[in-house]
Amino acid sequence: MIEVQDLTKSYGTVTAVDHVSFTVNKGEILGFLGPNGAGKTTTMRILTSYMPATSGTARVAGFDVFSNSMDVRRHIGYLPETPPVYPDMSVESYLDFVARIKNVPAERRADRVSDALRKTSLEDKRSELIKRLSRGYKQRVGLAQALVHDPDVIILDEPTVGLDPKQIIEVRNLIKGLAGNHTIILSTHILPEVSMTCDRVVIINKGKVAAVDTPQNLTSQLKGGQKIRIELEAPERGLRELLGQIPGTSRLTIESPRADGHLSATVEAAQGNDIRSQIAARVVEKGWPLYELHGVSLSLEEIFLELTTDDAAHAQPSS
Amino acid sequence: MHSLYAIYRKEMGNYFVSPVAYVFIGLFLFLSGFFFNIILTDVTNGAMMAEMRGMSSGIDVPGIVMRNFFGVLSTLVLFLTPILTMGIYAEERKRGTMELLMTSPVTEIEIVLGKFLASLSLFAIMLLPTASYLTFMVLHSDPRLPWRLMFAGYAGILLLGGSLLALGSFLSSLTENQLIAAVMTFAASLFIWVLDLGRGGNAALGSVLQYLSVIHHYEDFTRGVIDTSSLIYYGSFIVLFVFLTVRSVDSMRWRRA
Repeated sequence: MIEVQDLTKSYGTVTAVDHVSFTVNKGEILGFLGPNGAGKTTTMRILTSYMPATSGTARVAGFDVFSNSMDVRRHIGYLPETPPVYPDMSVESYLDFVARIKNVPAERRADRVSDALRKTSLEDKRSELIKRLSRGYKQRVGLAQALVHDPDVIILDEPTVGLDPKQIIEVRNLIKGLAGNHTIILSTHILPEVSMTCDRVVIINKGKVAAVDTPQNLTSQLKGGQKIRIELEAPERGLRELLGQIPGTSRLTIESPRADGHLSATVEAAQGNDIRSQIAARVVEKGWPLYELHGVSLSLEEIFLELTTDDAAHAQPSS
Repeated sequence: MHSLYAIYRKEMGNYFVSPVAYVFIGLFLFLSGFFFNIILTDVTNGAMMAEMRGMSSGIDVPGIVMRNFFGVLSTLVLFLTPILTMGIYAEERKRGTMELLMTSPVTEIEIVLGKFLASLSLFAIMLLPTASYLTFMVLHSDPRLPWRLMFAGYAGILLLGGSLLALGSFLSSLTENQLIAAVMTFAASLFIWVLDLGRGGNAALGSVLQYLSVIHHYEDFTRGVIDTSSLIYYGSFIVLFVFLTVRSVDSMRWRRA
């Protein structure tokens, strides 16, 4: 549905997007993850044919964003970072206006507007002036605006920013509900959002793609193998010795003893070598009370930091 | 065309939903009514005085009133159009709604024409009530003043207003700041207003500058003369600035914002 090839955008000497390539399949939700200023918004603006790329190509719904810009615009719904609303309009008349400029035929317009209102739970606010709405409702109006013409592709720039936790969950569910019929790209710098809503993630940093994969794969493909967390009652030195005897362990960190005398420790082990049973057996052998023993997968947050800070470290000397 | 109409409709809606149109029209009608009253009283008094002195004058009271009134209207227009156009693009850019328009299947020409026609319509609606003053005057004039004078005057003020609105829209598209847009529009309008004052002694330069002055052509209209060269002047003025606005809107895509 979306094919991006070697997309580059420079503003003068600054390269905001640097040879970015990825594809999005029909019905998929793609997360666009990166720190602020990574080039997420610029990429989205190119995909919506708001601005032209410096080089490279992008095709949305089979149309080139530059040479078939009008066709692309007919097939996309776009929510920019700040919802593009007119404060003096009522929610309904605003959506009617958007439906008009998106070429929704007159006979379908009322239905489409009601449908967008229903999907974003804005029905009871339909005749409210937009300027009287709270930030969260404005954001929903922005979402409704992106849906009103039932586009094939929906592009959402940080759709949950500025919402309260309950609204965030609602918006995420709404987005998930849209997948299948619509192809969705959403950008965010909030990691859990990606693991909760997206089928695939593009991690972008300093304009370059750092990784493309499913959230699960990114999480399991952790560098140092598996991580195990233990909570028990034991002398610190004894624990160090015991874990040292197990082959393949590394990077043992023991947190300072807690008030109740329990020790918490994390140990890393090489991949494909499940040492949890060995640890359990040896701890029990010593007669130490064991409270907790479980494997921790590297969170997306850690992968993200690893990918982006590695990059930053490489980039530093050259600049 | 559908999109042009949608933009036009939205603009008109925004004028009349917010207080903008009402304040604007109210202010304009107050001032124009005030001046009409003064002009009418002054000219009638002058004519009566002349008659009392026995100079059974050939003073054309309604004709003078009409000419002076259109003169006053043009001055009001000079002050009011910058306020009308200042937000036309500046506001959209600031709110980020320009991004919505420019990622919708709408061409730049449709955006610009829709907005221009809406501002021109508001301008025409604002002028409409003043026609009642002149209609009454014409109906009660003896010998009857030709209607042509009134229609030519309104044609002139619409063309003059249209030109200043086109200029103001263009300047508004250059900035995100409404105040800057208003001040620039006022300064630029004033400049093309008084352009023919700068002719000095040079006759050739003088006639060129006079042709370029936006108010010079308007004076023909207030005398009931519709000159083709004036129509061409205002027509090309409007087309030029609408075109420049289209280019300026298009160039927003290349700017970093």
